[in-house]
Amino acid sequence: MTGSTNDQKVETENGDGTETRRDFLLISTVSVGAVGAAMAAWPFIDLMNPSADVLALASTEIDLSSIEEGQSITTIWRGKPVFIRKRTSAEIDAASDVKMVDLKDPEEDATRVQKPEWLVMIGICTHLGCIPLGQKAGQVKGEYNGWFCPCHGSHYDTAGRIRKGPAPKNLEIPPYKFIDNSLIRIG
Amino acid sequence: MTAPTWKNPLVKWVDTRLPIFTFMHHDLIDYPTPKNLNYMWNFGSLLGIILVIMIATGIFLSFNYTAHVDLAFDSVERIMRDVNHGWLIRYLHMNGASMFFLVVYIHIFRGLYYGSYKAPRELLWIIGVAILLVMMATAFVGYVLPWGQMSFWGATVITNLFSVIPFVGDKIVIWLWGGFAVDNPTLNRFFSLHYLLPFIIFGLVFIHIWALHTAKSNNPLGIDIKGDQDTIPFHPYYTIKDCFGFGVFLIIYLGITLFTPNLLGHPDNYIRANPLVTPAEIVPEWYFLPFYAILRAVPDNFIDIFGVLPVIIDAKTSGVILMFASILILCLLPWLDRSKVRSARFRPIYRQLFWIFLADCLVLGWVGAKPAEGTMLIIGRVATFWYFFHLLILVPFVSKWEKTRDLPESINSAVLSKRAEMQVPAE
Repeated sequence: MTGSTNDQKVETENGDGTETRRDFLLISTVSVGAVGAAMAAWPFIDLMNPSADVLALASTEIDLSSIEEGQSITTIWRGKPVFIRKRTSAEIDAASDVKMVDLKDPEEDATRVQKPEWLVMIGICTHLGCIPLGQKAGQVKGEYNGWFCPCHGSHYDTAGRIRKGPAPKNLEIPPYKFIDNSLIRIG
Repeated sequence: MTAPTWKNPLVKWVDTRLPIFTFMHHDLIDYPTPKNLNYMWNFGSLLGIILVIMIATGIFLSFNYTAHVDLAFDSVERIMRDVNHGWLIRYLHMNGASMFFLVVYIHIFRGLYYGSYKAPRELLWIIGVAILLVMMATAFVGYVLPWGQMSFWGATVITNLFSVIPFVGDKIVIWLWGGFAVDNPTLNRFFSLHYLLPFIIFGLVFIHIWALHTAKSNNPLGIDIKGDQDTIPFHPYYTIKDCFGFGVFLIIYLGITLFTPNLLGHPDNYIRANPLVTPAEIVPEWYFLPFYAILRAVPDNFIDIFGVLPVIIDAKTSGVILMFASILILCLLPWLDRSKVRSARFRPIYRQLFWIFLADCLVLGWVGAKPAEGTMLIIGRVATFWYFFHLLILVPFVSKWEKTRDLPESINSAVLSKRAEMQVPAE
């Protein structure tokens, strides 16, 4: 390696500003290193995502036969409360009569249900994740006779649509299927 | 400022290989400190002591704590009832967090009053803001650990704030939770982070002090140190003053801890977490209340008023942005305030604005504790407006046009003339 400093000097300084072998090595080493670091980071980042056992609890079946008209039940799916309500015809009419221009997050009632009397939705306020009131008799149902979130005052109507308050979206509808007339599978 | 010569052979042996004793002598004993510091300068070292108290009590609590949704609440109750002196260590830790924030807020307002954020201390100030942010994160994840109702719902509300990030917000929230709701994976990682973050704070405090000892301490007059006659060594003059301040602090801290330990807590956190029932009112710990008020202040029809970016920004998003901005904006303060005069003592208009700003922050804290409706909502909005109006408009404007009072020639001359006044009573 005698005289290597001189050799390098000759090689790096071409004088005309063109790229040298050393620039190529530097850029490719840094790029490969960066890609490698990003790839090594991924397992750590992904480790924080839901694990297999958490994902395995992703579907649940519910028997609806015991629910009377005008009654609601709360069940749990993926650790979240799910509101299931057998709506009265007055509630269905109220929900379907609403004009789209009056809605903050416009959605027809018909698109939010599979059967008009059964409203199935995730019972988590779309504002900051509190559980709205209105499931039990005697609870505050808000100005639109649906659900009311006590945390920051969001009012939902009889289709679970946001009508007033800080929440930006309607209550979310989970994926579900009617297995028969009185049994549904959520997830 | 000469390097000390060590007599003890072992100390000498170590110090020639690793100059740790010279370093400590330089920064804890010799450190030239302005001779006119008042009691507002006690709170920095006090914060260092509180950090050590929090880490010590925290480590001992972790010996008996179980980070599992089925066991966490009971393990904390076991600490309170069965573990020897567990009640004491937990109450010290719990109230220590409140004291930590109380003292850090005093420390920050000291900096605001005396212009400690101005050149050449901008970076020192920004590191301080970073410490505040990590402190807040630590306190937040720590509050989740007892797994009471407020723990659970506080965690739910705050993690949901991240859902406002465009496009990937919902994915990020699930990633933070490690599931589809706040649950066992969330509790586990929060415990881990709660153990990690204090050591990050420790590291940040180290560079905070490094920057401080490079720029040297500010002082009530806000003028530069001009020579040796302006300073006294840190030890024994300020070590003894800090010790006295620490004694006063202990009276308050232990008074609350021993006589009214749950004064600053919320009773709902002694109810086991229930994912199906939201408490009637979710209230954060007192030290987050001003920021909570800002979060809730944005009107529903905010966009209708200003017509800015209506698609992306709704009331929820703008509330979240304002809340984070309220802290991050402090990083810009050294450049928003263009006045060359640091101390508010010589800035008659800024001084009044400072007190109004302090009152405004207290009002925000008060509003944050109340339900967001009616008059409270209006007051919250006005106070939020004033917070940003003060920092973004008034401070730059006043700093440019204000007529400041004459500064004393030096720290030394100011101290001596004050002493002369005291010795010769006015006729």
